[in-house]
Amino acid sequence: MSEKVKVALYWCASCGGCEEAVVDLGEDLIRLSNMIDIVFWPVAVDFKRSDVEEMPDGSIDISFINGGIRLTEHEEMVKLLRRKSKLVVAFGSCAQTGGVPGLANLLSRDEILRYIYVEAPTVVNFEGSMPKEEVAVTSRHKIELPRLLKYVKALDQVIDVDYYIPGCAPTPEVVRRSLEILLGGKLPPKGSVLGASNKSLCDECDLNKTKPEKILLKDVKRVHEVKLDLSKCYLAQGVICLGPVTRGGCGTLCIKGGMPCTGCSGPLDNVKDFGARAISYLASILDYEDEVQARKVIEEYIVDPVGWLYRYSLPKSLVRGKYQGLESDKHE
Amino acid sequence: MSKPIVIDPITRLEGHGKIIILLDDNGSAVDAYLQIPELRGFEKFLVGRPAEDAPQITSRICGVCPTAHHMAATKALDDLYAVEPPLPAKKVRELVYNLFMFEDHLLHFYVLGGPDFIVGPKAPKSERNIFGVLRKVGPEVVSKVIKTRKTARDMITAIAGKVIHPVFGLPGGIARPIDEGLRKKLLEASNEFLELALFTHEIFKKVILSNKEYVDLILSDVYTHKTYYMGLVDEANRVNFYDGKLRVVDPDGREYAKFDVHEYLNHIAEHVEPWTYVRFSYLRNIGWRGFTDGISSGIFSVAPLARLNAADGMATPHAQEAYEEMFNTIGHKPVHHTLAMHWARVVEILQAAEKVKELAEDPEITDPNIRNIPEAPKGIGIGVVEAPRGVLIHHYETDDKGIIRKANLLVATQHNSARISLSVGKAAKNLIKNGEVSEGLLNMVEMAFRAYDPCHACATHNLPVDFKPVIYLYDLRGNLIKIIK
Repeated sequence: MSEKVKVALYWCASCGGCEEAVVDLGEDLIRLSNMIDIVFWPVAVDFKRSDVEEMPDGSIDISFINGGIRLTEHEEMVKLLRRKSKLVVAFGSCAQTGGVPGLANLLSRDEILRYIYVEAPTVVNFEGSMPKEEVAVTSRHKIELPRLLKYVKALDQVIDVDYYIPGCAPTPEVVRRSLEILLGGKLPPKGSVLGASNKSLCDECDLNKTKPEKILLKDVKRVHEVKLDLSKCYLAQGVICLGPVTRGGCGTLCIKGGMPCTGCSGPLDNVKDFGARAISYLASILDYEDEVQARKVIEEYIVDPVGWLYRYSLPKSLVRGKYQGLESDKHE
Repeated sequence: MSKPIVIDPITRLEGHGKIIILLDDNGSAVDAYLQIPELRGFEKFLVGRPAEDAPQITSRICGVCPTAHHMAATKALDDLYAVEPPLPAKKVRELVYNLFMFEDHLLHFYVLGGPDFIVGPKAPKSERNIFGVLRKVGPEVVSKVIKTRKTARDMITAIAGKVIHPVFGLPGGIARPIDEGLRKKLLEASNEFLELALFTHEIFKKVILSNKEYVDLILSDVYTHKTYYMGLVDEANRVNFYDGKLRVVDPDGREYAKFDVHEYLNHIAEHVEPWTYVRFSYLRNIGWRGFTDGISSGIFSVAPLARLNAADGMATPHAQEAYEEMFNTIGHKPVHHTLAMHWARVVEILQAAEKVKELAEDPEITDPNIRNIPEAPKGIGIGVVEAPRGVLIHHYETDDKGIIRKANLLVATQHNSARISLSVGKAAKNLIKNGEVSEGLLNMVEMAFRAYDPCHACATHNLPVDFKPVIYLYDLRGNLIKIIK
């Protein structure tokens, strides 16, 4: 029998949903344990950072890394794993494009720290004590704390990434298909998005047959304001569903759950900026000829363009957020 | 002076953490710090988002307990819009919530915390995990656990859209009704859930309670702290995961406070330390006295053991029986032994399974009347649930269009963070002596936090902003002298 494939799983600024997505492989995970050897996986297995440091470079076959990069420690860990691994896979939307925590790029680091540790209503902090990179806890002992970076980065903004697995979180099917590709030996071109489709979500949506040839909306409704007819295309009912611009492959879970797609699987191949693509699509379905009126409608109804269109991808967008283009920020 | 020992990362928990053990010249631990190097800032970037998106955005705080955040946010939206969900919707929410509590607790027992007992605290580190459990209790047991947990999670997917980051919660109801076919499946599955819950209770007794070494470990002073306990209770003071009042008991088991979540700012405060990103909750009216336990220290605990300590009983028959057995066996209440948390969690697995069955038997859950459409927001909305890891509070303030202007999220592991620090410090001081350090001993230090099933993703992704509903005046020693509302 050939040697088992050595696999590491690691999380950065993540929620743990991507770990659950792996646990959700269920019995397949047990079967996989005959084919793979997990050499690092903090959520479930007791190997430590020093165990990884002791491994020869390139000795891990595949590292799956989820979460965005938010702390100096994340940078260190992903660089370490890059060095030790033949392949690095960005797992889930945070690693791929920054994810929901990437919305923090709308704010400065100092605003974040000040609110949390000083201004919060529940905090009692007369001395204005803040987390510090180095703290003397006794006269003889110091403790170090990793620094919060100025902004959130996607994985490939820090290290070289071989493949991407989309979704927040990737569904078990997407994970299973990705593993089949990676363990199957016939690797696709570097940079490929694995396990999903390269057609839009509408293509696999049961409601697609009810979607009119051309959608024209006079107004846009927010989800809590309307009782949707769950048997008809939500977009045609005036609720923003990002299915038309989102990569398929998830099985339209949110839509089946009675809610519109929010775009967690990200854009199709060759689309650089998900939000820009979504804006362009929205522009094509708003039924206004005159710009003044259209602008009014957008202001009235598109109440949160960043949160709706860049919910998972702000750090990888052209907009970038608060730190766009500042030279001094490029080092952090 | 010896170089500190650093356990990095601590493992089998949700999120990041390190334990730093400080040593004296003889190599004995003088103190230990559980540091949480994690921070994301949800409350701050929630500002500007429409309130109805909060249940889906905040679920991203934690992918292990997304349903807890989703539900706390959804309940806060009910409050924000002053809209009650129709009874069938409320029942379906509670059903989903108990399914979630069931599968989440199972994860901890078999994958995260359980391996320390099932495989052994000092077993080789390559064995102390689910794969080791598999070899120890046999593939059929693990396979049953995995299958049943998958069924529970598939049921959540069927009702809530996704299991990792549900989508179904809306102010005044849920997004889609469930049909009779699904109810039948749920009913069938609920028998399987109860069976596994009872089986897990038996395993706990067989593997852990019948082993004197483990019982001694659970009851030993190394893992014991006398603190306050907080949990949600129903009108009869029984444990309730979805709704109720917050009840606090003191270290002697007397009711110290019982309050509606709208009053939480009067009861809970937080302390900041420079060596970690987590904040430490304490009882505001008792005060912060440093990392110390006892009746004069405001440190309190949440999560399974705290819930059982803070309540007078369980809401379902099997769970009640197990509850009585636990307190009778240990012989006192409240139970201050941290490792008894594992026991309490199994008692709760029973209640969750029984609740699922009870709700699945109720034909009303298929009633299509699941939405009340809200009108204008009233400005403030606060919601509370018991996350598997303890009391979880979401608080939003919005403008008149329902756009979030302020958000405050108080998360279970924050409430436990001070007691966890006590536990880790005490374990290290008792276990690491005279330069004798083994991997097994270090794992026993880790067991002191692992019992809490902490979620450091939750605990550090918070970012409260400045509400000004109440002014607290303190003297220079931190004693509360006046509250101005």
